[in-house]
Amino acid sequence: MAKKLMKGCEAIAEAAIQAGCRYFFGYPITPQNDIPEYMSLRLPQVGGCFLQAESELAAINMVYGAGGAGARVMTSSSSPGISLKQEGISTCAAAEIPCVVVNMMRGGPGLGNIQASQGDYFQAVKGGGHGDYHLIVYAPSSIQEACDMMQKAFDVADQYRTPVMILADGLIGQMMEPVELKTNPDLVLPEKPWAATGYTPGGKKPRSVLNSLYIETEDLDQLLERLFARYAVIEANEQMWETYNTEGAEYILCAYGTVARVCKAAIRILGEQGVKAGLVRPISLWPFPSKAVHDAIVQDSVKEALTVEVSSGQMVEDVRLAVNGERPVQFMGKAGSYIPTAEEIAERILQMRRG
Amino acid sequence: MNKVTILEDWCKGCGLCVRACPKAVLAISTTHLNKKGYYPAEVANPEACIACAACARTCPDTAIEIEK
Amino acid sequence: MTVVFKKTPVLRDVPLHYCPGCGHGIVHRMVSEVIEELGIQDKCAGVAPVGCAVFAYNYFEVDMYEAAHGRAPAVATGFKRVHPDHYIFTYQGDGDLASIGTAEIVHAAHRGEKITTIFINNAIYGMTGGQMAPTTLVGQKTTTSPLGRDKDHCGEPIRMAEMLATINGSAFIARCALNSTPNLIKTKAAIKKAFETQIAGKGFSMVEILSPCPTNWGKSPAEAMDWIADAMIPYYPLGTFKEV
Repeated sequence: MAKKLMKGCEAIAEAAIQAGCRYFFGYPITPQNDIPEYMSLRLPQVGGCFLQAESELAAINMVYGAGGAGARVMTSSSSPGISLKQEGISTCAAAEIPCVVVNMMRGGPGLGNIQASQGDYFQAVKGGGHGDYHLIVYAPSSIQEACDMMQKAFDVADQYRTPVMILADGLIGQMMEPVELKTNPDLVLPEKPWAATGYTPGGKKPRSVLNSLYIETEDLDQLLERLFARYAVIEANEQMWETYNTEGAEYILCAYGTVARVCKAAIRILGEQGVKAGLVRPISLWPFPSKAVHDAIVQDSVKEALTVEVSSGQMVEDVRLAVNGERPVQFMGKAGSYIPTAEEIAERILQMRRG
Repeated sequence: MNKVTILEDWCKGCGLCVRACPKAVLAISTTHLNKKGYYPAEVANPEACIACAACARTCPDTAIEIEK
Repeated sequence: MTVVFKKTPVLRDVPLHYCPGCGHGIVHRMVSEVIEELGIQDKCAGVAPVGCAVFAYNYFEVDMYEAAHGRAPAVATGFKRVHPDHYIFTYQGDGDLASIGTAEIVHAAHRGEKITTIFINNAIYGMTGGQMAPTTLVGQKTTTSPLGRDKDHCGEPIRMAEMLATINGSAFIARCALNSTPNLIKTKAAIKKAFETQIAGKGFSMVEILSPCPTNWGKSPAEAMDWIADAMIPYYPLGTFKEV
């Protein structure tokens, strides 16, 4: 299929449709408005249903209903809206409801601003809602990657019966880039015998109960054992990352989303000055690619690592955990929406080099 | 003759059936407890029953069956 | 002998956890009977609330959801949009519907969502031990209005049936009570009418049901039923407020 210049939000929405998503429940909030806008036009064209809910928390509960009814369903929002959805997301995780939640991150905390930010990392990967659970979290750094991720997100959500979050900084939503959208006419959706599709006493399908309440301790323990066994399988099989120019590098940058692209430019600048730097980019933020990050940073040639984020430093903690003290991991970034330039990142590495 | 059956072990002895019955057919036992430890309802005057099912309608635990 | 009254198979053979004399069990039976009588068991699902009826998913022999507090109408919306030819009811208490879930119920009605809501108004929070609810009457003592609800402090109770009846998307809104045989009969008829409204696709339907809570009202089951007539019905008039 030919490449098409598309705005991030719209490309993500179309990619979801190509992935078989037929239900979207959302609420207006910048910088992701083009997703519900696009869905409101396109979903009826493909026999789907778009509904603007009265709030983000109503929207995630509609997702709970539709996902529990066996449909491929998604919602999208931005930081404050994602905070409103946290109880619903925790409920979907516990009730094993497959769904996709897109977070176009903006500056926070509070109303913050509407520029891009990466301040929701902890909320996304450390469990923003209550209780002990995980979401599979993917962080795209280009619109093409975001579209490819939508297909994977719905497949993985169904495979593991879990919510999946696409954690993108607002740039991904607002930029326009050429995109190749893979259509999937003969997409076969998986069977969902557990879903609420109507129960006939004595019939083949058992009675479906979509629930997250387990008042007896042993019953909750049983659920959590099941969930955490599944999380172990996910951690073993679903880690995604990219390494760029890391072989024999002196310094390793670690960043995700659009910041990772700025780091590549910094690496080129450093290369021109005879300093070899590489990048390890987590694509799945959970499961965090710990081994890949470790192996990229803990090389004989590597002196130090630098994690760059548009936040006060959140992923850096996971990088340090992965490296486990075997190399110093510096941090560059600050809370809010300031995206460092390639020159600034290169300068920081040169500073580190001067000691 | 009309027949009222109290499913004793489902009864919680709330007495709403006794309150609803227009013919004083039912009463709460004062002699024995059911499995749950409640004094269950019992049929005191079976012959007075007119099978109106007022008792069954108000029973919160669907513990009453009526036959005519 | 012909059977006059027997438990419907739509109400599962599971002992109910409700207190002696609680109205929930009565309404569970009515809803189950209506589902059986309308022949929609295999195309029906229900959404249980957070509240005393939080275990309702164990009691109805249909597909069931357990919703977060107040969110049942949103969950039902999601289900109905995926299965427009199926039927769904939300079963909610006054804390669930008239407090935390007010936005969800109001907007489900506004959208004319083709769902049926069974709304149990017992003027108190039951499961959590008797706190004041939006439907608690002025002067009514609860664990969070120990001197009796003071309207200057926290206003007067919400009349949900009247409120939702003003919404165009509402097709059938009624309020009933469980305190007497005639009212029990009318309650079941209203529940049936609500489901028929949904089946006919006319829009949103809700039955508000004044229900006893002996434990938290500090009354015997019989006294609680009387209190419904003496105190609740004067403030919450019974009847049909909207019928399309």
